[in-house]
Amino acid sequence: MKRGLLVTLSVVTATTMVLAGCSKDKKAATPAAKTTSSAAVSAAPSAAPASSSSATAGAASTPASTVAATTAPGGDGKPIKIAFQQFGEGRIMDDFLKTVTDKYQADNPGSKVELNAIQASENDYYTKLALLVKSDKTTPDIIHEDTFLINSDISAGYLKPLDDYLAAWDQWPQYVDNAKAAGRGLDGKVYGVPDGTDTRGLWYNKEVLAKAGIAVPWAPKTWDDVLAAARAVKAKVPGVTPINVYASKAAGEATSMQGFEMLMYGTGASLYDAESKKWIVGSKQFKDSLGFMKTVFSEKLGPNPQQALDAQLGNIVHDDLLPSGKLAIALDGSWLPGGWGPKGGKPWPEWADKLGVTAMPTQTGQAPGSVSLSGGWTWAISAKSAHPDEAFKVIQALQNAENATKYTNDAAQISVRKDVAGDQAYKDWTGKMGALSEVVAVTQYRPAYSEYPRISNEIQVAAEAVATGQSPEKAAAAYDAAVKRIVGEDKTITK
Amino acid sequence: MSLTATRRAGARALPLAPATVLLLTFLAGPILWSLYAAFTNTALSGEAARHSKFIGLENFRQALDSPSFKNAVVLTLTFTILSAIIGQNALGLGLALLMRSGSRVVRVVVGAFVLGAWVIPEVVAGYLWYAFLAQEGSLNHFLHATGLGSQSWLFSSPILAVSLANVWRGTAFSMLVYSAALSEVPKEIEEAAEMDGATGIRRLWNVTLPLIRRSVTTNLMLITLQTLSVFGLIFTMTKGGPGSHSQTLPLYMYEQSFSFGQLGYGTALATVLLTVGAVFSLIYLRAMRTEV
Repeated sequence: MKRGLLVTLSVVTATTMVLAGCSKDKKAATPAAKTTSSAAVSAAPSAAPASSSSATAGAASTPASTVAATTAPGGDGKPIKIAFQQFGEGRIMDDFLKTVTDKYQADNPGSKVELNAIQASENDYYTKLALLVKSDKTTPDIIHEDTFLINSDISAGYLKPLDDYLAAWDQWPQYVDNAKAAGRGLDGKVYGVPDGTDTRGLWYNKEVLAKAGIAVPWAPKTWDDVLAAARAVKAKVPGVTPINVYASKAAGEATSMQGFEMLMYGTGASLYDAESKKWIVGSKQFKDSLGFMKTVFSEKLGPNPQQALDAQLGNIVHDDLLPSGKLAIALDGSWLPGGWGPKGGKPWPEWADKLGVTAMPTQTGQAPGSVSLSGGWTWAISAKSAHPDEAFKVIQALQNAENATKYTNDAAQISVRKDVAGDQAYKDWTGKMGALSEVVAVTQYRPAYSEYPRISNEIQVAAEAVATGQSPEKAAAAYDAAVKRIVGEDKTITK
Repeated sequence: MSLTATRRAGARALPLAPATVLLLTFLAGPILWSLYAAFTNTALSGEAARHSKFIGLENFRQALDSPSFKNAVVLTLTFTILSAIIGQNALGLGLALLMRSGSRVVRVVVGAFVLGAWVIPEVVAGYLWYAFLAQEGSLNHFLHATGLGSQSWLFSSPILAVSLANVWRGTAFSMLVYSAALSEVPKEIEEAAEMDGATGIRRLWNVTLPLIRRSVTTNLMLITLQTLSVFGLIFTMTKGGPGSHSQTLPLYMYEQSFSFGQLGYGTALATVLLTVGAVFSLIYLRAMRTEV
């Protein structure tokens, strides 16, 4: 009897310890650890992150009622809240929003706009945002929404369709068509106004390629041309890594997007069949794309395995390998020069002389000849917003011709608007990027539906498997099995 | 008698009511919610966030089907056995035994160092070990300087690297528990054993250990449960990588819940972790009982 009681008691203690125990020493630690305790207890989500984000937003955001009391007429006097991500030292978005909203408030007496800068890395930002929009007490009115997540949030019912507003907005025709698609849900409605995008292509070191006997400016037409150039570098320029293709789980979305999808979407195939609304498995093109990675790593054309699997590879490529000329070709994003500017993390003013840039060719040079993937962010309105009309007015202010141009140039974005693309300052700096600003015409967006983050993870696992020696067939088979597990066999299609 | 007694008991319990309600709300509440969520498909975003529904054992079935889950369980067990049951426990006992016969100065110096590691916050300790073991880290600088080549444990055997860090950090706890227990062991019994001709090891095994049996069980239980839920240390050192070679259950849980937004699946994993902890506790309790 007593023994039984003791056993029960201990089990209960054990349970409590596992659940609550670890959180004790982590209280003093970082935000990452903070989220853990909520992972363990998993009841905390509604409390912990939400409270920490409102703390970062300052006193202003929490006591909404006090703010309301001090604001002037106009509806119920509550401010329009804008949620956006802020991480590290960058203040471009913060400064931009302050300028625009100050002017907006001056132009519209009685209106009040409040900035809610969410201090978080990308993943944490998504989490905090999801928690904020779940309740109409905490929801921001305007959300800076990643195209990576927008479809997921649309199906969660977090966002408001904007079609009625957009139809009446004279600036909407300025947006290029595939950028409009970035904020479009499965239901065909548009939920986000894009404020810029990025593209991907091949950066190359002009000197190294010339030394390897490749004609510069370089313009490969097929995958084989790319591999041939890498092989030439390996043979003739010792001490230089011929090519970098992200192929590790640690690199995360960079592996899926800059690495795998840049290959896959150049085969004419896709990950997702829009017609049947099913995920594609078993395609030859999938294996071919993994095959390219396999070639890169088995012929030792890529970084050494330890470097290839380093979570910091992106920074290493940007801060060290490219500036020091130790990497010949990099399959990477249009944002790289952002960090080489005078205020960037690694000032490198000569980059434009040293580096060339060209579009990533399709597999065999099939039309349209080149391929690019795009991400980027949009402005969206929360479905729970009490003032959607005024919120859209603020978005209009953020994206009028002048402000759209300013933001695109300040944040080194690839333009999604026809008028911005014609701006002289924009032309000046994108002129150095050549092909990367031209591929906007062919660029594609990810099938970023709610399963995508998990499917993307499986792509990374497959890429890492081939990079470390597995055969493409085996890795593709494991991917197919995983996709079927994630979305269910009936939501996959064999092509 | 019974009526007045019941009434009195009720009246006495009344002042406890607010505390009980608070405890139930904030301690039992989250646990119950977590248990419930493990049987739903609730998520941070996507369709399931709008209409989460009860899906029975689906999450657990999914976990058992998944190679990543198996990988995480194996790694969790490896990490726990290696760093807690063997590492912290044995080292803590060893230190406690040695310190018993050490001089005062030695005791103070060793104690200060070991406790220092215990006092450092988990994430700081994780970062220190990352800086120590990294490719350009201090250990490699030292090895180069002495012509011993270099290591890459964070890459080649990450679970060993994080286990090492966990031993370094957690040994102090075991040491303190054992020091306290050993100081309670009567000198006469050990001396009697010595007179009977028992050598050092034999004396430890047959006399000292049985005497501190209860402390051993308590210590094992506490450090096992603590190690099972270690997150910050591994997250700062390897993020579960490279690949998922050091992705223990807590890291897997974090990835599923917050990178992929699968709260239902994440809580199911939490339930599994809970069960693993309970199993360990039962084993320890049982081991103690047979020796009584």
